[in-house]
Amino acid sequence: MLKNKIRTIIDAHKDLGWVLEPDAKAIMKSQGLDIPEFVLTDSFEKAEKFLKKINGPVVAKAVSKKILHKTEHQAVVTGITSGDHLKKEIERLKRLDGCEAILVEEMVQGLEVIIGAKNDFQFGPVVVFGIGGTSVEIYNDTAIRMAPIKPDDVSSMAASLKAKALLSGYRGKAGVNMEILTHTLVKFSQLIMALEDDMESLDLNPVICTKDRCIIADARIILKTA
Amino acid sequence: MELKYLFKPSTMAVIGVSTSQDNHPANVIYTKNHLRYPVKTFPVNPKGGTLHREKLYQSVFDIEERIDMAVIAVRAEFVPKVMEDCIKKGIRGAVIVSGGFAEAGNTVLQQQVVDIAREAAFPFIGPNCLGIYAPDYVDTFFLPGERIIRPEKGNVGFVSQSGGVLVDQMVKFAGQGIGVSLAVSIGNKAFIRETDMLDWFAKDIETKVIAFYVEGFEKGEGRRFIQKTEQCGKPVVILKAGKSKKGIEAVSSHTASLAGDYRVFSEIMKQHCVAEADNEYELTSFCEALSCFQKGINGNIGVLSLSGGHGVIAVDACELHGLSVPRLDPKTMVTIREKVSPEIRNIISLGNPLDLTGSSVDNDIVVTATYLARDKAVECLLCLLIPYSPGVSADIGAKLSQVARNEGKPMIAYVPNEEKYRIIIEGFELNDIPVASSVEGAVLMAKALKRCRPC
Repeated sequence: MLKNKIRTIIDAHKDLGWVLEPDAKAIMKSQGLDIPEFVLTDSFEKAEKFLKKINGPVVAKAVSKKILHKTEHQAVVTGITSGDHLKKEIERLKRLDGCEAILVEEMVQGLEVIIGAKNDFQFGPVVVFGIGGTSVEIYNDTAIRMAPIKPDDVSSMAASLKAKALLSGYRGKAGVNMEILTHTLVKFSQLIMALEDDMESLDLNPVICTKDRCIIADARIILKTA
Repeated sequence: MELKYLFKPSTMAVIGVSTSQDNHPANVIYTKNHLRYPVKTFPVNPKGGTLHREKLYQSVFDIEERIDMAVIAVRAEFVPKVMEDCIKKGIRGAVIVSGGFAEAGNTVLQQQVVDIAREAAFPFIGPNCLGIYAPDYVDTFFLPGERIIRPEKGNVGFVSQSGGVLVDQMVKFAGQGIGVSLAVSIGNKAFIRETDMLDWFAKDIETKVIAFYVEGFEKGEGRRFIQKTEQCGKPVVILKAGKSKKGIEAVSSHTASLAGDYRVFSEIMKQHCVAEADNEYELTSFCEALSCFQKGINGNIGVLSLSGGHGVIAVDACELHGLSVPRLDPKTMVTIREKVSPEIRNIISLGNPLDLTGSSVDNDIVVTATYLARDKAVECLLCLLIPYSPGVSADIGAKLSQVARNEGKPMIAYVPNEEKYRIIIEGFELNDIPVASSVEGAVLMAKALKRCRPC
């Protein structure tokens, strides 16, 4: 059963066919998954206040019903540290096609993974997990499991990746917190079971994994067409 | 739904035998069962009369006896009526060999047949299939007995969407000495599907391993299939055809493009311990190994050979197929060196692979296999038994089989598949130790055991 809140968001996006990033993240948060601190605004002042509060780099993104793949439309700017830079980018982002608001988020550094879901014709909801980022389709270093999954499935998925050493820590870099990653994937697999009737596919890409957190940096839910 | 009347019938009607064509599918089926199987077989044709001096029944209603199962081999458009008659007669199930249904675009006609069957809870196999080969019971393959090679009765249950693949696989099984409990070509699988067959095999005490050739599942059927394989508790082997990447419509997410249909299939099979065979050779090897051993391993192999080259080839093949060849416990090696004959003590290569050389004799091989099996690092023994050297006797197969049994670890042998070495091969096979005809074949058998473990 879907929580009421999730149901409302999904229903509101049926016509669009996909769920906008801030709403998709709200769904993830309601499932107990970690999302970055953010402010959703069209005012530079509010954004700047957020930047000061975070006291670190932020990411700014255009929220637009017309932009499904943000990178391809230059709708994502990372590593913003100054008010001037933020102002310039917000003004540019606002001019992008259909931009409704700007999502400004804390920027977290860590290993980029993809956590995805597909509503498979033969098997129903399946979880995809692997090395994420914008080159994900080039490397396709991913593992697939039928949802819902158990903690053991997460271990076996991680072990099957070519880049598994990146998860456990490589060349002095800290590894990923496997306990939190496991929690994230298991919870996610339960969510996609609940979304079976609504969801066609779902990307959390990237999810930034560190030794303490697994934070969903971007989320997109593609809904089933009626 | 009771399927025993289909798979173990005492009486059978073959509907649609021709009065003029002896090679009509129905005639082939009638003749072979009438002459060579225990099932009592009745030929049916509306014309009546006789067929080879036997009575030809005008309809199933004319048969006085109770009929367990019917083979329907009439033209597609007559099938609904014939099926209704079978139901009225109290027949318990059918094999519809006739083509001309969904595979030819006639989905409405197929649905009509399904609706009739569903309403009456009348199970049927097909249409457009070869049907059932149940050794000692019945054979509905419309292929003359002299043309096909049938495996002996054994413990492999095999289900195939394709009749051609099924028959061909039977030849391969027979060649490797693999026996079947039941082989079913399910054709268009309009009623009885893979999941129903899993239910049957789960309960069938004659079946120890279940193999499938699958082209595709219906919506959500893959998930039900997986759930049933988990409930069934017997090893399941699957060969999937149609692996090529289909164009994914409107790839709007990364995940959809990463998770193509076949990748999803293959990874889920691994997740749920279904041993997916990459090709027909693996299918054969997997079935042979799992018919002997139903318990999976993590993949740690101990390799015993009488030639250094064979050991190295085996290790390479193990690595290629994701198996490990672990380091042995030093104590194992010390013990083996002590126990082998003094003549070979200083020429053997101790380690994994372990090479006893061509100078070894039966006792060296038996002792070494014993201590190799006792090494905790080793889960499965690969015995590469080239029988060319004079110290190897004809009894070595039987002797090594006893080692496997005593030590409680699976053993897989390689012996060249030549008539001359038949006694060695049988020494293994009659004692439930699978024998491959190549080193790689032996490694594939070990891979089958690994595939039965959660990945």
